[in-house]
Amino acid sequence: MRADFRIWGLLPAWVIMGFTLIIPIGIVIAVSFAARGAYGGFDWALSGEPYVQILYQVGWTDELEFNPQYLYIIARTLWLAAITTLICMAVSLPVAYYIARQPRAVKAALVYLVTLPFWVSMIVRVYAWLMILGNDGVIEKALVATGLTSGIDSLLFNDGAMLVGMVYSYLPLMILPVFASVEKLDGALIEASHDLYANRWVTLRRVILPLAWPGLMAGAILVFVPCLGAVLEPILLGGGKQLLMGNLIQTQFGGGRNWPFGAAIAVVLMGLVMIVLMARALRDGGRHDAA
Amino acid sequence: MTSRGKAIEVEGVTKDFGTFRALDGVSFDIYDNEFFTLLGPSGCGKTTLLRMLAGFDAPTSGAIRLHGKPILDLPPHKRRVNTVFQSYALFPHMTVEQNIAFGLENLGWPKDRRSARTAQMLEMVHMAQFARRRPDQLSGGQRQRVALARALAPEPEVLLLDEPLSALDLKLRQAMRDELRTLQRQTGITFVFVTHDQEEALDMSDRICVLGQGRIQHLGTPNEIYEDPANRFVADFIGETNFLPVQVISVDGDMASVKTPMGQVVTTLQKAATAGQAATLSLRPEKIGMEDQAVGEIMQGRVTNKNYMGGYTHYTVDVGGTELRVSKRNAISHSQSFEIGREVRLGFRHDSARVLGA
Amino acid sequence: MTRHDVRHYPGLGLLTAAFFAYLYLPIAVVVFFSFNENRLVSVWTGFSLKWYDSALSNRALLDAVKTSLTLAVIAMVLSTTVALMAALVLVRAKGVKGRRISETVVNLPLLLPEIVSAVAVLILFSQLGLTNGLAKLVLAHTAFCIPFAFLPIRARLQGMAPDYEEAAQDLYATPWVTFRRVTLPLILPGVFAGAMLAFVMSMDDFITSNMLASGGNTTLPVYIFGLIKQGTTPELNAISTLIIVASLIIATTALVLTFRRRIP
Repeated sequence: MRADFRIWGLLPAWVIMGFTLIIPIGIVIAVSFAARGAYGGFDWALSGEPYVQILYQVGWTDELEFNPQYLYIIARTLWLAAITTLICMAVSLPVAYYIARQPRAVKAALVYLVTLPFWVSMIVRVYAWLMILGNDGVIEKALVATGLTSGIDSLLFNDGAMLVGMVYSYLPLMILPVFASVEKLDGALIEASHDLYANRWVTLRRVILPLAWPGLMAGAILVFVPCLGAVLEPILLGGGKQLLMGNLIQTQFGGGRNWPFGAAIAVVLMGLVMIVLMARALRDGGRHDAA
Repeated sequence: MTSRGKAIEVEGVTKDFGTFRALDGVSFDIYDNEFFTLLGPSGCGKTTLLRMLAGFDAPTSGAIRLHGKPILDLPPHKRRVNTVFQSYALFPHMTVEQNIAFGLENLGWPKDRRSARTAQMLEMVHMAQFARRRPDQLSGGQRQRVALARALAPEPEVLLLDEPLSALDLKLRQAMRDELRTLQRQTGITFVFVTHDQEEALDMSDRICVLGQGRIQHLGTPNEIYEDPANRFVADFIGETNFLPVQVISVDGDMASVKTPMGQVVTTLQKAATAGQAATLSLRPEKIGMEDQAVGEIMQGRVTNKNYMGGYTHYTVDVGGTELRVSKRNAISHSQSFEIGREVRLGFRHDSARVLGA
Repeated sequence: MTRHDVRHYPGLGLLTAAFFAYLYLPIAVVVFFSFNENRLVSVWTGFSLKWYDSALSNRALLDAVKTSLTLAVIAMVLSTTVALMAALVLVRAKGVKGRRISETVVNLPLLLPEIVSAVAVLILFSQLGLTNGLAKLVLAHTAFCIPFAFLPIRARLQGMAPDYEEAAQDLYATPWVTFRRVTLPLILPGVFAGAMLAFVMSMDDFITSNMLASGGNTTLPVYIFGLIKQGTTPELNAISTLIIVASLIIATTALVLTFRRRIP
C-alpha cells in the first residue's frame, strides 16, 4: 500500500529518465570512442580518433598536425558563457534589489513582468534580435534617421551579437533566484550597517552582496550551463559558422555526418558541466549557507 | 474503585530517534471514561506518544493495545481512535458540515444517519449556525470546536487531543477547559490530552501522567501530583515550590526527620529518603504563613523582594542565608503588606512540606 | 528624505526601467512590425493585417502548429502525471531510500545542456530502429518536461502541512481517498501550474525537436527556424506575435494559479 507506492510512484520517472537520458548518455560516451561510419553514423569499432580529432588533424604530409580550431571553439564557448553569466549577475542584483523594495502589489506585478518573456518561445526572442541588429534592422534605421551614420556594417554575425542574444535569453533565469535571496534580506541589517558607520558602498560590499551571494550563485549555474550548450544564438546571431560547441555538435549530426566526433565534443561539454556542478557542490558542502 | 475496563495499555514503549532516546520503556494504562493527561515540558516525548496512539508514528519497541487488541500493526485509518490536531487541520476546501461528515463518509454510514449525527455534533459544540461556513471564516475558538465535533462524530473508542488550547487566548482557554471537561463527562469517551500547561492539566484531568526525559515521573490524580510529588522533577514542574537541601536524620515509615539549613528539625512525609543521606525538602509558597498567619514550624527572616500580583503578593524572604518564596493572599482590601528590608516571622505546618530524593 | 532612507540606492529605478525596456524591446519590435503594410520589414508604410491573413492560411504553418499542439498536450499530460507521482513520494513518504539521487534523476534534464540530451536520444533511437517520428518526439519531450512539472508541484506540496493528510487518515480515509479528497484539491493550483509550464516548454522546444525532426513531424519552432533562414519576413512577425500573445495568456493563467489561495 503506502510502502509499495514509494517504489512504483517513482518508477515511471526513473524508467523515462533512464531510457531517454541515462542510457543514451552512456551510448554517447560509447559512441565517442567509435569509428566514423562510411556513410555517416558510426561503426562499432573502438577508436580513439574522435578525441584525437579535437586536437589534431591529418596535414598535407599525412602526419598529425596540431589543430587549434576546436580548442578555440571550446575556449570561446567558455568565454562567452562566463561573460554572459557575469553580465546577468551584474544586472540582476540591482534590479532584484529595486523590485524587492517595492510595495507588495507593485512587486508582484514587476516579478510577473520579469518572468513573462521567458514564456515566449526562444526562437521568437532570438529572431527579434535579428530584426533589431540586422541590416535594415531597427538600430541601423534609427541611427540613419538621426543622421549619425549613413549605414553600418551589420551588427550581426559576431560575438557581440551572440552575447546580446544570450544575455537576453537567460536573464530571466537569473533574476528569480537572486530575487528570492534579496527578498529575504532583512532591511534592518542595512540600517545596522549604517548605524555602525558604513556608507552605501561598504554596505553593498560587506552586507548585501554576501547575503545575496547564494542566490547569485544559484542563478549563475542556471545561466552558465545552458550557455555552454547554446545552439540558436550562434546559428542565428553568430552567422552559423562553427562558432560554439553547441552548434558544432549540431552540425556533426546534421551535414557533417561525423557522429563519433560530435559525441566526443558532447562528452567534453558534459565534462565541463560536471566540473561546474561539482565545484558548486563542493562549495555548498564547505559553507553552511541557508540559500 | 470500580473495576473499569482498560481503554489503552501502553507496555514498555521505547522510541529512539537516531541516538536520541525520546521514550524509555514507558508503561501505563488508561481506563475507560477517563480524562487522562500527558503532561511534560517540550521534548519530553508526550506528543510522540500521542502520535503513536493515533498511528502516525511507531515505537522502536514495545506494545500498545486498544481495548485489549494490539493496534501497532494497524494504519491510522483502521484504528477506532480520532485526533484533535494542534493546528486543527480543518480541510480548508470543505465547509464545517463537510468536515464533520468526512469521517462518517469514509466509514460508510448511510446518508440519513450521517446528516443526523452531523446535526447532533453541531448542536453539541454550539456551532449549528456556522454549518455552511468555511474554516477561514471562523475564529480560533470556533475552529477548535469544529475540530472537536469532527473528531467525536465517528464515535471513536478514544479521543486524542494534541495541545488543542495552546493557540487560544487566556479567557477563551479557560472557557474551553470547562467545555472540554463537560464534553468528556457527557459523551463518556476516554480523552487522552497532551499539554505542557500544568494548570490545564490540574484543572481538567482525572489522572495525570507527568513525563520527563523520556520516562514517567509520576502517574496520579491532580491532587496527588501536586501535594505528594514523586520527585524533584515533578515538584518543580507542577506549581511553584521552595527546594531546601536537608540532611536526613531518621526515617520512620512514610515520615522522615530532616535537618534544614536554618537549623530546625522537621518531621514530615517523605519519598525515597534514606537516613544519613542528603535530600530535598519541598515547601510550596502558599503553605508558608507570614506574621499572624505563621503557625507550626517558625522561622525568622527579612524581606528582600516583593511582587504585587493583585490577588496575591509574592515575597522573597531571606531566612538565615536561604531564600524562600512566600505567597500571601490579599484576602481583604489593602491587606497588610511587608516592605523590603522588613523582618518577618514565617511559619508552616510540619505536614505541609515533603522530603524528596536529592 | 532619501538621505535618511539608507536602504535606498540611487539610480536603481532608472536601471530597472532600462532593464525592462531591454526585456520588452525585441518583443515590441516584432509585434509592431507585424502590422507593417510594407513587405520590407523595417520600413513602415502603414497598418495592415494582411500578414496575419497570409499566416493563418499557410498550410505548412498550420500543420506545424497542429503537430506542436498535439505533441505538447500529450507531453504535458504524461509528464505532469509522472511528476505528480514522483513529488508525492519524494515530499511525503518517510524513509525513502536514495531520496537525494531520485530527486537528481527527476531533475536531470535541467542539469544537462539540451544539445547533449538531444544528441543522446537521437543516437539511441537510431540504434533501436525507432522510426515513428511522433513517438520519438513524445518520449523526448515528456522526459524534459518532467522537471518543469515537478518543481511547482513539489513547492505546493511542501507548502502544505502534513496535518491535513494525517487528519484525513485519522478519519478513516484510505490513502487513495486521502489523495483524491484532500491532497489533490489542495495542490491543484500547483499541478495546473506545472502542467502549463510543461506545455509551454514542449511548445517552445527547438533543439531536441530539430534533432529528431523527420518528414511529417515538423514542430512550430523548427518550422519558424526554416523560415528565418530564408530571411526576415513580416509573415514571420505575424506568426511570432501570435505566439507571443498565446504565451502571455498561458503564462498569466499559470502565474495567477500559483499565487492565488495559499494553503493555510
